[in-house]
Formats: sequence, C-alpha cells, structure tokens
Amino acid sequence: MSRTRQRRGEQLMVPRAEFESYYGRPIIHAPSWAARDIAGYFFLGGLAGAGSVLAAGAQLTGRPRTATAMKVSSLAAVSLSAAALIHDLGRPGRFANMLRVFKPTSPMSMGSWLLSAYGPAAGAAALSAVTGRMPRAGATATVGAALLGPALASYTAVLAADTAVPAWHGAHRELPYLFTASATAAASGMALIVAPTRESGPARCAAVLAAAAESVVTEAAERRLGLVAETWREGRAGTLMRTARALTLAGAATAALAGGRSRPAALVGGLALLAGSVCTRFGVFAAGIASAEDPKYTVLPQRNGV
Amino acid sequence: MTDRHLLSGPEPDPARDAGHPDPPERVGFFTDTSVCIGCKACEVACKEWNAIPEDGMPLSGMSYDNTQGLGASTWRHVAFIEQKVPAPEGRTELSLIEGAPAAPEPPQAPGDMRWLMSSDVCKHCTHAACLDVCPTGSLFRTEFGTVVVQEDICNGCGYCVPACPYGVIEQRPHDGRAFKCTMCYDRLGAGQEPACAKACPTQSIQFGPLDELRERATLRVDQLHEQGVERAHLYGHDPQDGVGGDGAFFLLLDQPEVYGLPPDPVVTTRDLPAMWRHAGTAALSLAGSIALAFALAGRTKEAR
Repeated sequence: MSRTRQRRGEQLMVPRAEFESYYGRPIIHAPSWAARDIAGYFFLGGLAGAGSVLAAGAQLTGRPRTATAMKVSSLAAVSLSAAALIHDLGRPGRFANMLRVFKPTSPMSMGSWLLSAYGPAAGAAALSAVTGRMPRAGATATVGAALLGPALASYTAVLAADTAVPAWHGAHRELPYLFTASATAAASGMALIVAPTRESGPARCAAVLAAAAESVVTEAAERRLGLVAETWREGRAGTLMRTARALTLAGAATAALAGGRSRPAALVGGLALLAGSVCTRFGVFAAGIASAEDPKYTVLPQRNGV
Repeated sequence: MTDRHLLSGPEPDPARDAGHPDPPERVGFFTDTSVCIGCKACEVACKEWNAIPEDGMPLSGMSYDNTQGLGASTWRHVAFIEQKVPAPEGRTELSLIEGAPAAPEPPQAPGDMRWLMSSDVCKHCTHAACLDVCPTGSLFRTEFGTVVVQEDICNGCGYCVPACPYGVIEQRPHDGRAFKCTMCYDRLGAGQEPACAKACPTQSIQFGPLDELRERATLRVDQLHEQGVERAHLYGHDPQDGVGGDGAFFLLLDQPEVYGLPPDPVVTTRDLPAMWRHAGTAALSLAGSIALAFALAGRTKEAR
C-alpha cells in the first residue's frame, strides 16, 4: 500500500481508493428505471407542483392570465408525469396496484396517493380556469393543488434517497431542497414563457431565489457526499450538473435583468431555467446510476464508517 | 412492546411484529464458506425446485463463475475467488475433521493460488429495505421471519431493486416483475428445509432456527481460530448491525467486499423519518419562497 499523498492538482478529499472487489462487479443493483421516464417524472412533478403554487399566488394577487396559464401548464406536466410513470411500469393496469396499500415507509406509495389527489385537483383548477365554469370549485381546487404541489415537488427526492444508491442516499438531507429549488426554477421559467411580461415580476423573483438556493444546496450536497461527490462531478452526470448550473444561473440572471422589459429576454430566460431544471434532474439521476455501478462508492464509504 | 415497527435497530421478533399472531421460530441460513467446495449443487437445486428460467450460457471469464451474481433468475450464486497467496501468512489451512489440528504448512512459493468459494443468497434482513419500500405490499414478511415477493401483486415498479443494500433482488427482463430467494417458502410450509440446504453435500449451507444457527456459527469460528485461521469471521449475524441482523449469514475467510458483499450495509429506511422531515421543510420553503417572490414583486410594483 502506498502511503504517498499526491499534493499536486486537485485536492484529494479521501486517501486513494484501495479496496478489493469481486471481479470489479457492482455490489448493489442499479435501478433499471429509464432516465427518460423517471428523471423526466422528477422534473415534470416538480414543474407541476411548483407551478400550482405560482398559479395560486397569481390568482390571489390579481394576475389572472398567469394563473390560468400556470394551471394549464401544471395539468399538462402532471399528465405527462403520470404517463412517464405508467410507461416505466410497462402496463397501465399495473398502476392500480400502487393504490393497494397506504404505506408511509414507501415513498413510492405515498407519492402515488399524492399524485392521485393532486392530479384531479390540478385538473379541476385548470378546467375551471379555462372554461370559466364553477369558479368556486375552481378556487378550491387551485388552493388544494397549491397545498399538495410542494409535496409533489419534494417527495421525489425522498423516493430517490430511500435507496442504497450512494449518490442519492448520501445526499438525503440536501436532495429535497435541491429538488424543490429546481422545481421552483422550472415553474418560474414556465411562467416567464407563458405569462405576459407585465405579470411576471413574482416569477422573476422566484427564479433568482431558486437559482441561488440550487447553487448553495448543490455545493452542500457535494461536500456531504465526500468521495461519492465524484459521481456528481464526473462523466455524464458531471456534464449535466455543470450545464444545469450554467443554464439556471444564466436563466435567472437574464430574467432578473431584462425579463421585465423585454419579452424575448423573458422567453430566453424562461427556456434556460426549464432546461436547467431538466439537466439537474437528469444529472442527479445519472450520478445515482454511476455510483451504483462502481463498487468503490458502496465499499469505501462503508469502510470509512460514513 | 415499545420496540414495534422500528425502521432499524434490534428487532427480536420480526414475524410477530409483521402481524403474525403466533409465529413459529424464525429460521435462516448459515453459510459456512470454509467448507464450500464450489460444486454449485445449491444453484442447480434452487433452479430446479423453484422452476427459475435459465440465464443463457454466457462465459464470464470469472474463474468458474458464469452466473456472476444474484438476480431475478439466480437466487443462489456460488462465487469463485482466485487469490494469489503470499505464503505463509494469509493462507487458509482447513481441517474438516473436528478437533484435528491443521495440516503442517507445506512448502509453498509466494504466488501460489487459493480459491475461496462462497454460496450467496438473499439475506432475509430483519429490517428489509426491499419490503419497506415496496409500494404494492407485494413483498411481505412470512410467519418464518423471511421475506418473500408475491408474484401476482408485484407491479414491476423496480423500487426494491436499488433499495436492497446487498444487490439481491432484480427485475426479470421482458416481464418487469421482481424476483428473489423465498427461502423455499413452499417447502418451509411443508416442514422441509430449502432445496439448496438439502442439496449441499458439505453442509456449507445450514438451515434451521436462527438462534441455533448463530450458536453453531460461533462454535465454528472458534474452532477455525484455534486452527490458526485467523481471518475467519461471521458476516451478517449481528442483530445490532445496520439491517438488524440477517436471516442468512455467512462465515467468511476474507473481507466481505472480496466476495461482492457490502462491508457495512444499513437499511436506508433508518433515515426515512429524517428524509420526510427534510422533504416537509423543503416543501414549506418552496411555498415560502414563492410567497416571498410575490411579496417582493408586489412591493417593487408599488415603489414604481
């Protein structure tokens, strides 16, 4: 065993990885989830959930066009997310099994119940806003969706973290905040795109808050992960995470500086925020797969008593 | 019963706490790898009895191991570890005759080979992450304290797969449903031992009440230590460990990771209360920050 520590170049967070493994095979099984379905589901759930809060806020503060647009966007996002989930299960009939039991130890069970309460609320809110019918029921549904939406955006972090996947479980304290910040960025991006500039003030503020929070939380998660943070920084996941950060910060900056005056700037900023949120979810997903496939990330943290 | 429904930690009676009013004794496997001869009778017996589909015929190049690991269609897996032995330390001399001293060290050149062979299986954890996270109730705790998947209820969500800290359970391709060792639930119900233990010719796989197996295992480790096999140790036997002790535990002759086992696995649901708390706080902060955004935007409008 060599005891020499490399001092040049990047700072080593832990001593060089030395361990034996069984023919280099992974210790845990990586999830067989398709990135498009599940990372897509994380993104769409966040977009829908945070969008419902923006919609309710817009309705309460007299920004009717933003409210309607965000309700429609949330309904679209939640419908697509349910489709992604069902696509991953393989057969539509299998979704019914999700509601066989109510099980707080299973984030997926809780999420299924949440989705089956949030979905109809978001649908009713959007339908009432678009048709103008049953405004009282529509208002109730808007409030309901706004109350359930944040939970929809944050529970997916628990869904990922409650696994033996080192890059997810190791960041289980930070992941919910990262997901809600990313969801807020996505929803404010959507609001910048669909709402008139006159009404987009709150979305611009929210975008800045979300981008700042996302940067801070990503930093904190990587610090906590130690050696496993490599999976967040390297390879496909690293590229996605760096792209996500650049897009989110650029999107928020564009929106804040020019989004109030220029419609094209609002559009560009909004698109960048949405794309940044997509990259964050796919980046975290890819990091998880990478950390599950290399036994190093399972063995060394356990050996080091982390 | 103050310790009921714990997500982690010692759990003396998982079957009763899972709702079986009067369960039989908890049973398990003790796999003593020091007497495994790598015959794979367990793999074959498991396939035969449980009618598990074939895995194809890939040649892995990993010594005599072509099944490579546990999976949907491999519920018992025999690992072959080829090691270069730096003589004399680190060498494992085993006496199969009780009480007999180890054979005198034969002259041995550095670079000699030794094989470690080990039959791996589902650990039937006291706190089983797969069972905890299953959203359908398809995974359940049996009256014997083991963990079984109900095939007709499994909806193929695949959540149990990354939840397992040992990499045991897996989805079957083109089907999506998850499968793993049942400890031959059907045979246990009929008062029989599991097919792998029945077929094992060297008693490397021992089946029985878990407490009794733990005693037997301790004796065996002591015996090996007396014979100078210092690296012999038990793995997964301790009810105080991260998964509350395994229903299937092992006597190993090297580090767990050498066999493809995690050194110190923890059931991830141990942290679930903290995760839900953080998710709740994160949800509130989402709502709060959007409310703040509206407040800020409103104020700037007024200021204009």
